[in-house]
Amino acid sequence: MGTLPEPFAGWFAARGWTPRPHQLALLRAAEAGESALLVAPTGGGKTLAGFLPSLLDLHRAPRRGLHTLYVSPLKALAVDIARNLTAPIAGMGLPVRVETRTGDTPANRRARQRADPPHLLLTTPESLTLLLTLPEARALFGGLAAVVVDEVHALAGTKRGDQLALCLSRLGALAPRARRVGLSATVAHPEPLRAFLSPTGRAEAVRLIEARGGAAPEISVMLPEGHLPWGGHMGLASAPEIHRRIREARVTIVFVNTRAQAELIFQALWRLNDDTLPIALHHGSLTVEQRRKVEAAMAAGRLRAVVATSSLDLGIDWGDVDQVIQVGAPKGVARLLQRVGRANHRMEEPSRAVLVPASRFEVIECAAALGAIAAGELDGDPPRPGGLDVLAQHVLAMACHGPFHPDELYAEVRRAAPYADLPRRDFDDVLRFVEDGGYALRAYERFRRLFRDAQGLVHVRDRRVARQLRMNLGTIVETPMLKVRLRGGPVLGEVEEWFVSTLSPGDGFLFAGQALRFEGLDGLTCVVSRGAEGELRVPVYAGARMPLSTYLAARVREIIHDPRRWKALPPPVREWLRLQRRYSALPEPDGLLIETFPRGGQWFLVAYCFEGRLAHQTLGMLVTRRMERMGHGPLGYLATDYVLATWSAFEPTDVEALFEEDILGEDLEEWMAESSMLRRTFRTIATIAGLIEKRHPGAAKSGRQMSMNADLIYDVLRRHEPDHVLLRATRREAAAGLTDVGRIARLLARARGRIRHMRLDRVSPLAVPALIEHGHEWVAGGAEDALLAEAAALVEEATEGAEIFAGTLAAVAESVHVRAGMVDRPRRPRGKAPRRSGSVRSAARGAARP
Amino acid sequence: MSPAPFYLAGERLLLDPSGALFWPARRLLAVADLHLEKGSHFAARGGRFLPPYDTRETLARLAPLLRRYRPARLVALGDSFHDAEGHARLAPADAALLRRLLDGADVVWVLGNHDPVAPEGLPGQAVAEWREGPIAFRHIGGATTPEVSGHFHPRATAPTRCGGVTRPCFVADARRVLLPAFGAYTGGLDARDPAIAALFPRGARLFLLGRDRLYSLPAPPAPRRPATGATGTALP
Repeated sequence: MGTLPEPFAGWFAARGWTPRPHQLALLRAAEAGESALLVAPTGGGKTLAGFLPSLLDLHRAPRRGLHTLYVSPLKALAVDIARNLTAPIAGMGLPVRVETRTGDTPANRRARQRADPPHLLLTTPESLTLLLTLPEARALFGGLAAVVVDEVHALAGTKRGDQLALCLSRLGALAPRARRVGLSATVAHPEPLRAFLSPTGRAEAVRLIEARGGAAPEISVMLPEGHLPWGGHMGLASAPEIHRRIREARVTIVFVNTRAQAELIFQALWRLNDDTLPIALHHGSLTVEQRRKVEAAMAAGRLRAVVATSSLDLGIDWGDVDQVIQVGAPKGVARLLQRVGRANHRMEEPSRAVLVPASRFEVIECAAALGAIAAGELDGDPPRPGGLDVLAQHVLAMACHGPFHPDELYAEVRRAAPYADLPRRDFDDVLRFVEDGGYALRAYERFRRLFRDAQGLVHVRDRRVARQLRMNLGTIVETPMLKVRLRGGPVLGEVEEWFVSTLSPGDGFLFAGQALRFEGLDGLTCVVSRGAEGELRVPVYAGARMPLSTYLAARVREIIHDPRRWKALPPPVREWLRLQRRYSALPEPDGLLIETFPRGGQWFLVAYCFEGRLAHQTLGMLVTRRMERMGHGPLGYLATDYVLATWSAFEPTDVEALFEEDILGEDLEEWMAESSMLRRTFRTIATIAGLIEKRHPGAAKSGRQMSMNADLIYDVLRRHEPDHVLLRATRREAAAGLTDVGRIARLLARARGRIRHMRLDRVSPLAVPALIEHGHEWVAGGAEDALLAEAAALVEEATEGAEIFAGTLAAVAESVHVRAGMVDRPRRPRGKAPRRSGSVRSAARGAARP
Repeated sequence: MSPAPFYLAGERLLLDPSGALFWPARRLLAVADLHLEKGSHFAARGGRFLPPYDTRETLARLAPLLRRYRPARLVALGDSFHDAEGHARLAPADAALLRRLLDGADVVWVLGNHDPVAPEGLPGQAVAEWREGPIAFRHIGGATTPEVSGHFHPRATAPTRCGGVTRPCFVADARRVLLPAFGAYTGGLDARDPAIAALFPRGARLFLLGRDRLYSLPAPPAPRRPATGATGTALP
């Protein structure tokens, strides 16, 4: 192609490389001074493409000062890219210095970087925000020529993305001529990503460069040789096959969906690992040192396999990975392709991947995903407006940098795409919130954090405010965690506080790939020793409790509805669907199947709507509201992509009435406001906005009983100032997790007169996978009081002893069942009794108790 | 709202589902741990602007109780204000409301660890503890004679057939009644916590607050060696 000057052309040639078309296209955009978004599959030489124009520029016109800023969502990625850039820079003898700046950068290097910045600075959104709060930010970034944002698709549409967009907008004010480069994996909607990068907030200002093609991936599905579980996510039955495949390949990444699953699979593989293949574990709760060690061993080719969660989803180049195994359902086609792309980091060769469904239901999901890939369909969420909580943090950060005029800051914020439509009222309310809380009752005027001078400029009151901001910076709100330390040994990582609260000394659990025995709490550390016996528990994490949308509902529905398509499914799955038909019924295309059954002292209702998670979430609010009105005592619900499941204290009898169209007339506001969904959203928003202190590891709590609870604040604020900006932000964000009522109306209209209600004595085969899903929402009705009354009455009847009481309670829980003759039985073909399969019950018992 | 009768030192007391205690024979109403002005405490100390409505909310809970029981004496069992300067930060409207509420009753401010000084500008007397007949009213309990106290913000989880339900609660035995915290911004401490369990070595009765009644459950005696929180089971 010969368009590269020396020494670049020679360097490429020496490696037998030719510049790729998209690399050259990006170069042309840079020379025209234009911003650009490069969308390319993994292995397309994206990172080099992003830096090439900067390297050429610095070669042509060497200079001092910061030239290019690179922002990545992962610290590790920034570090890795810095390493990868060193080779070409040294090889070509370029006058370029590369450095990283993350939370791990030591203070003396940070100070030096401020005085003498490198040419290329590699950082994360959080560290960039911190840099922008410095008084000298203008001098540091004034000469900036380019900003490279890596993995844009992973940032845009998230709160970290909102934060970065605001920072980009600030950079646009400090260095108006700096062009922007976005690097993205293949996505369903590139337009919002262009807008995200754009200096104007509009997509047109950013050139779109798409590297098409790449070899199609080769993806196969592997089933365990033995029993295929009914439900569950773990995939342990496939461990022998996974181990065999690891042995046969050079380097394998085994992707799983949750940290708990990573621990279990890792453990299962090592039990089989007689030839002691080097197999490692990588997930977000392990210590940083441990993760770095694994990454380094992987990069050095010392590992044959690593079991990983999404902590390895993004960009780090492992070179030699030649096989990806996805255990459990691929949650989303785009995500699956990204993971598959981790194998064989070369675009021309097909990536090889194996899907290992963990249950019969996941086999159908895998089939649906392969269908979607073959049809070239991608999924992904549409863009959503930026969060006001992130804006509050940004406003304070900007005030810490220096005085600003509200009009100018408002204009600057609106140049960030997520805030392009931000009403002035919201901006002013956020500014007032930062100032003194923004309450109608102006109680805090004398404690203001900001003040305005005669020119209308906004200043921070004192340095203390900046210190406080730094403590609270960032948009990732962690659930309270406790360190796990071996007695007299190292820290192994962190588990959630509530998990530890369920442990008694002597209990065993699986963590960091080891069987650990809980010894006790030492301050904020969970002290453990090696070698637990008996049944081991596995820590689960709130992050993993968030449901993952698969976007495959429509395809799964088609497969289940149409028995002719079952022949593409493996025999155990066909048998499972047939069993569902025998034991209950199959969901039919033009009807709505609803099952009710007792389980664990509660009544479950499962509606097979197949309308996607957001629609089911909304429907869950409506149906439980109606259940409350009808006295069923609803306790909570679960929305998956496929079904809505509710559970209640009493049997939901008139099921048709729960799905009548007039439930749309229910007044939901109060009902929703009390739900766990809104409360959780408020907690996150209040933390990011700085209302509630972020929990800092090691910071001792000031008296446990006094700890400030987000729920209490929420309740008081809701009662006394329902229109406060944080409550508006909470409702708006929660609404993004719901769907438009029109869609629900169509669903209910379709179901009218076609509801098939099956009353069962226990969970049906098809309901098992749904009940094991994560993401339960609670509702607050009268059920709790009804249950308390019941429990108190039991105590009255029983004698005083606690044990007797517990026994009585268990007896009551078990006695919640349907009376004989009340159970619906489907037309039973040729008198063959439904098999009472033990596996249904055992799988159901493993379910997370809602 | 139906209160539950409870006998202490032979006296009939009423435990109210709002978390207050009423002694009909003496027309005495006791509430614990109001923590008034907790919200503004954080604004004054650290520039953290919690909604400044907690005082208003707490007073709104207190008002119907005063209307219903018409006590001759109101005993606030300490930590009535979140800090020693709390009374000075009362918003004018809240201060006026508080004075209106207190009008007509003898007010006793038992001093707590959060508010070790008498609140200025408010009616009533401040005391380290209050004795009324056979019963002592103090902030932190622990005596061997009959007493009513606060401080610990007890709450408990009742097992039900659909899982545990957690509520603030009274903890009581033949010698003492521990009141739940009444304030809007007050969290809770599990009644199984050794700090609370130690006050009830022979077990206790828990009264969980409900919408309109209390739910009574037994709490077994604390283990002899209260080692870690995980071993002290106050509830089945």
